[in-house]
Amino acid sequence: MIIDRDDALAALIPYVNEQDIVVAVYQSCFDWLQLNPRDLNYVAVGAMGQASSHGLGLALANPDRRVIVLDGDGSLLMNLGSLVTIANSGVTNLYHFVAANRVYEVNGAHPLPGADRVDFVGFARSAGYAGSQGFRELKLFADALPYILNTPGPQFVSMEIQPGKSYPRDYDYIHSAKARQSFRDALNRC
Amino acid sequence: MGGSLQSAASARDIAFPSGAGIIACIKQSHIREIVALPDIVTSDGLLWPISKDPDFRLTRICKEDEGVSICGAMSYNGTRALLMMQQTGLMDSLNAIRAIGMDYELPIVMMVGLQGKEPDVQPDQSASYGVRIIQPVLDAMEISHSLIEEPEDIDHIPQAVDAAYNASCPHVFLIGRSPETT
Repeated sequence: MIIDRDDALAALIPYVNEQDIVVAVYQSCFDWLQLNPRDLNYVAVGAMGQASSHGLGLALANPDRRVIVLDGDGSLLMNLGSLVTIANSGVTNLYHFVAANRVYEVNGAHPLPGADRVDFVGFARSAGYAGSQGFRELKLFADALPYILNTPGPQFVSMEIQPGKSYPRDYDYIHSAKARQSFRDALNRC
Repeated sequence: MGGSLQSAASARDIAFPSGAGIIACIKQSHIREIVALPDIVTSDGLLWPISKDPDFRLTRICKEDEGVSICGAMSYNGTRALLMMQQTGLMDSLNAIRAIGMDYELPIVMMVGLQGKEPDVQPDQSASYGVRIIQPVLDAMEISHSLIEEPEDIDHIPQAVDAAYNASCPHVFLIGRSPETT
């Protein structure tokens, strides 16, 4: 079995608190912005692969908030060392979700190198995350979310997904000064 | 032998910046977050002392562009940070700096050791290609930078850090001579 991405994101919504920061990239970002628009969505990671590192910076600077990263599998492959950096940093408020569709979806759906055998859960476990698990079934994923998000991090979750309903790719917004200012204002307001 | 004596004489004439002085300037700049990948130019004089200084939190990274993102993300609530690396790491991080520092206008403050630079020449006159291209590359990217070589060069650090955070833009301190350990 495999999970539709929009179903996985929808399952996450009830467990995201008002104070939580959500860092999202690529199609997960576009879907998340439509499914759960909120001021503390952090969408400006700038360069592919950097979501986890932005998440770490936010987690270090905002220890009283949870930081939820919605990463891509191709993105994570560009920044695997960040798993080690995060595990070594001492943060306990970072929750790292990877949408593993095994392709570079927004760049033509070409397969990842090693697409059929790369073990993202194993990467995170070996790097030293406090917890690391993978899901291929929506119900099991949804049932596990309350525990995962209430367990000290860094926690890693690989979601084996397929596109499901995909939402428009609004690149202009995610790279806009408005998006960054909205986040900054919200972060410093509440 | 004559050459050796001349070299020795030149070496005696060259002054090096104080590592302790640079660290004091970093603190004066209200920076407590250090994000670093070791660099041989700044290892003994800066990074080792910083790693033992309880006033700082040191985050060790595996690749330099991680640090660009970490420092940029920290800046959203006003947290000041310093990214330390070698010029090779700077070159490897140019796309992240382009996007996060320049396109997104975030204050990424970097301290970059110029590994391979001769202490008695300016960076753009170095025999090392990897050193002499650094300032032109930064100029081409319109990134603010300044050189720390002489002892008095450290004095501008707090002002440059303030300027970067006030203007919300990157600044690169290029370390041209290894800071003294005392």
